[in-house]
Amino acid sequence: MNRATLVRKSLFRKKVRAILLILSIAIAFFIFGALGAFYKAFNSGVEVAAADRLVTVNKINFTVTMPLAYQARVAQVEGVRNVSHASWFGGYYQEPQNFVQTFAVDPETYLIAYDELTLPPEQREAFLTDRTCLAAGRALANQYGWSLGDRIPLLSNIWQQQDGSSAWDFTICAIFDADDDAVPTNYAIFHYDYFNETLAFNRDQLGWLIVSTTDPALNAEVSQAIDALFANSPAETETTTEAAFTQAFLEQIGNIGLILTSVIGAAFATILMIVGTTMVLAVDERTKEIAVMKTLGFTAPSIFAMTLGEVFLLSLLGGLIGLGLAWTLVSLAAESLAGFIPGLGISLDIALIALALMVGLALLTGLLPAMRAMNVQISTALGKL
Amino acid sequence: MTEDLRQDTLYQLDHVSKSYTRGKERVDIFTDLTMQIGRGEFIAIMGPSGSGKTTILNLLGGIDRPSAGEIAFKGQRIDNLGQGKLATWRAHNVGFIFQFYNLMPTLTAIENVELPLLLLKMSGKERRRRAETALDIVGIADRAGHKPRQLSGGQQQRVAIARAIVADPAVLMCDEPTGDLDRESANSVLETLQLLNTELGKTIVMVTHDPAAASFAKKELHLDKGRFVEREALA
Ligand SMILES: Nc1ncnc2c1ncn2[C@@H]1O[C@H](COP(=O)(O)OP(=O)(O)OP(=O)(O)O)[C@@H](O)[C@H]1O
Ligand SMILES: [Mg+2]
Repeated sequence: MNRATLVRKSLFRKKVRAILLILSIAIAFFIFGALGAFYKAFNSGVEVAAADRLVTVNKINFTVTMPLAYQARVAQVEGVRNVSHASWFGGYYQEPQNFVQTFAVDPETYLIAYDELTLPPEQREAFLTDRTCLAAGRALANQYGWSLGDRIPLLSNIWQQQDGSSAWDFTICAIFDADDDAVPTNYAIFHYDYFNETLAFNRDQLGWLIVSTTDPALNAEVSQAIDALFANSPAETETTTEAAFTQAFLEQIGNIGLILTSVIGAAFATILMIVGTTMVLAVDERTKEIAVMKTLGFTAPSIFAMTLGEVFLLSLLGGLIGLGLAWTLVSLAAESLAGFIPGLGISLDIALIALALMVGLALLTGLLPAMRAMNVQISTALGKL
Repeated sequence: MTEDLRQDTLYQLDHVSKSYTRGKERVDIFTDLTMQIGRGEFIAIMGPSGSGKTTILNLLGGIDRPSAGEIAFKGQRIDNLGQGKLATWRAHNVGFIFQFYNLMPTLTAIENVELPLLLLKMSGKERRRRAETALDIVGIADRAGHKPRQLSGGQQQRVAIARAIVADPAVLMCDEPTGDLDRESANSVLETLQLLNTELGKTIVMVTHDPAAASFAKKELHLDKGRFVEREALA
């Protein structure tokens, strides 16, 4: 037996209580790990947004389209280097649950705007010239096992062709990578023209403009100039930086950051109170034993350390179990969600924050009981020796 | 006072006072108590409830400090040691035996006995070996793996005695060690204490209400109104 045994045995003196405490801590850390991983994956778009890229959307809402002619007009604005556009296709492959993020784009300008995307020269050429080409990102191609030359029909849950069909046929003629792992490649792009010509309704409309400026310092000026151009027209615009656009896109899904912080905060506030009070009670109910230990010669600092150690053990056990569960769930989900949310995983920084939380939790809930334990008076606690 | 620091003096108390303040009122338990306790003594302290028996054990055992006066143990003063030093001094020099055994409920008998050894420098193996020996001495080695609640009162008190002697202290402080036991168990615990005194030379200070228990001691002290009255044991 050693002091560690002592700490462990006193934590598990009431097994059910210890297990419930560990479970409640594990749940909080599970929530933290799982939600944190999703949040991080969602936000990776914001982190990789280029500084000189602006996005122009319809002022009403980014899901409302605007005239195709806007592209040419924005290209005239001073300080604009390149203008591309994209439209949301909302595709799926074979089954509706096989969601494929697909955009109808203006190929040439799109590859200029997103110069972080890399593809071999002959594939680039094929993509630019072949109207029915689908350029798939590496992550997406891997997910469905697509390779060059495959004929892929994609169905849209938004659009319809003139013949009433909602299926478009494509050939994979290019598979693109990115020069940075953080840049998602979980989507596909194809010719806007091919899409526009076959549409049953809403032709000659685009989803949003991707504007590259000649200098990030001009961003504010250019944004204002673009929006001024279409002021008082039926389709007014709102131009923001790509980072802000991605953020706004996320906020459309819900203010994820706030929700996550609230949920995690509530979970931690709850366990803070539960663990805190339980530990105080646990120490109070064994003041006599602590007094005996002191009588035997255990000093106040060593009683303090052992009590705090007990709360650390509790916090680490619960925290690591919770994080382990989150890791398991996220790893399982990452596979099936690879196309939708790339880069889903418990990253090192999430794990480190979790570890810091475990330490913080242990300190916050452990200091009070440890002080109470340390200050137990032998003669009062034992009454009779 | 030098003549009192003879080789066979374990404790030397000089003009020791102890008082408690209860609200505004000051209660004197002892005033100006001077006495010695020799090595190898087995003293029974008797006296009415509230007379200060536990208080004197606490002073001798280094749990409490006197309000005035000096207490020396083996010629070294202990009344002026700080809390931390006093704790370490207790771990090395005193064994405690309580009326209600006060074993750790989560630990087995042998782990309870090992507990005080965590405060001394020795290997885990050595701790285990010493604890086994101590359990052997008090005749309860066969229950080493039992938790306190699986043991009778008498058996628990034996484990507590093993815990008290395992660090090989010079003196044992016993506060009504048989107060919770039936006659038979009490006698066998007292015989064990007697054995520790005669065979291992442990100095024992035992508080008791029971004259039969006191008769196992070599000397009886009666405490009344802050004064000790000595009476050589008849047994
Ligand atoms: N921490 C304390 N604060 C105030 N008064 C105390 C304290 N400890 C003991 N006393 C008082 O000192 C007196 C002696 O107490 P002590 O416990 O030494 O008596 P005792 O002889 O052991 O009695 P008993 O036979 O009931 O155990 C009592 O009047 C008690 O109320
Ligand atoms: Mg008493």
